[in-house]
Amino acid sequence: MISLSLIVLIFISAVLAGIVGALLGLGGGIVIIPTLTLLLNIDIRYAIGASIVSVIATSSGAAAAYIRDRITNIRIGMFLEMATTTGAITGAYLGGLISPRYLYIIFAVVLGYSTLAMFKRRNQELPEGITPHPLAKKLKLEGSYYDQVLKRKVEYTSTGVYEGFGIMYGAGVISGLLGIGNGIFKVMAMDMFMKLPMKVSTATSNFMIGVTAAASAGIYFARGNIHPAIAAPVALGVVIGATLGTRLMVRLRNTTLRKIFVPVLLYVSLEMLLKGLRG
Amino acid sequence: MEKNESKGLTQESHALVVEDVISRSLRWGVVISAIIIAVGLVIYLLTGDSGYPAGFFPTSIPQVLKDVVYFKSFAIIDLGLLLLIATPIFRVAASIIAFLFDGDRPYVLITTYVLAMLILSLLLGKAE
Repeated sequence: MISLSLIVLIFISAVLAGIVGALLGLGGGIVIIPTLTLLLNIDIRYAIGASIVSVIATSSGAAAAYIRDRITNIRIGMFLEMATTTGAITGAYLGGLISPRYLYIIFAVVLGYSTLAMFKRRNQELPEGITPHPLAKKLKLEGSYYDQVLKRKVEYTSTGVYEGFGIMYGAGVISGLLGIGNGIFKVMAMDMFMKLPMKVSTATSNFMIGVTAAASAGIYFARGNIHPAIAAPVALGVVIGATLGTRLMVRLRNTTLRKIFVPVLLYVSLEMLLKGLRG
Repeated sequence: MEKNESKGLTQESHALVVEDVISRSLRWGVVISAIIIAVGLVIYLLTGDSGYPAGFFPTSIPQVLKDVVYFKSFAIIDLGLLLLIATPIFRVAASIIAFLFDGDRPYVLITTYVLAMLILSLLLGKAE
């Protein structure tokens, strides 16, 4: 029997993971996995299963609210999901062909570069001087939302559609191969290449990550990675956290969101570099 | 839905239909699965009984469905977790219908492709 106190601790860390995940468009795995394994001494197998559950709960919980607020761009999300789902399947086939070591190093470099790029633009509230991509008009990869902080409607369009699509494909391959980096690459592709407002990038990433995670969740369930007594408080905590996170996010500036994102990006790129070097 | 339905929808309300369908399907999926998970967890904590021998829990859908009937707490939690996992997939399927209703052909195709990839990856995962 797993004790009540452990379940309460898991629940509290899940609330935190949900808040962070909803704010930044990530799945919360970067909070859940270290907390469960390092702090609560839970088996890594169950922590991975809990993290998948956390991604799906954050995504569905947060996306429901962000779509209602019109911050999520459903068409951009759907369009890019073509790349991530195809990438995930490619990744499943590539496993064993490529050493994860090199992948970790390559992606540490990509993330390191984007950390720098995002740091440089830390004071940029909204993207400026965007030349819309020909596909942006055709496929409606544009939109508007009401910004509660700026107190006005923000109109945006996307550029760098092919680059963004390519990065999304890479993100899919990586998540298929390593089961990580799901949200962080998605936010990066939309922010750096397609030049969407930060809020739109994190909300749309939130919308997308659930689909990628659901595709592999069945395998984790069948393998016995999803322990009911651990996954239950994670799911409940994350749903509550994600709801709180969405309320908080609409009240923040895009620049504040960037400033929270930069250290997270730096942490993940260093962690990947370490994993790659250690082998 | 909106009052102007008979007069033909404007572009703005068109987008709202799609967004409303998707937002609702996600919200309902989350709320229903969270309630089931919470019920299972409360039963587990009150009775101290998972319904299974120590260190064991169900890992297949038929087993979960069979044991839910006996109110085994872990089976109830798993039912909720499985519904939660199914929510994003259901959301993609619901979007196809919403885009169809919207008359947005390119996005009907895009979303159908995504659903096909999802199903393919679920099948591939099973074959492993």
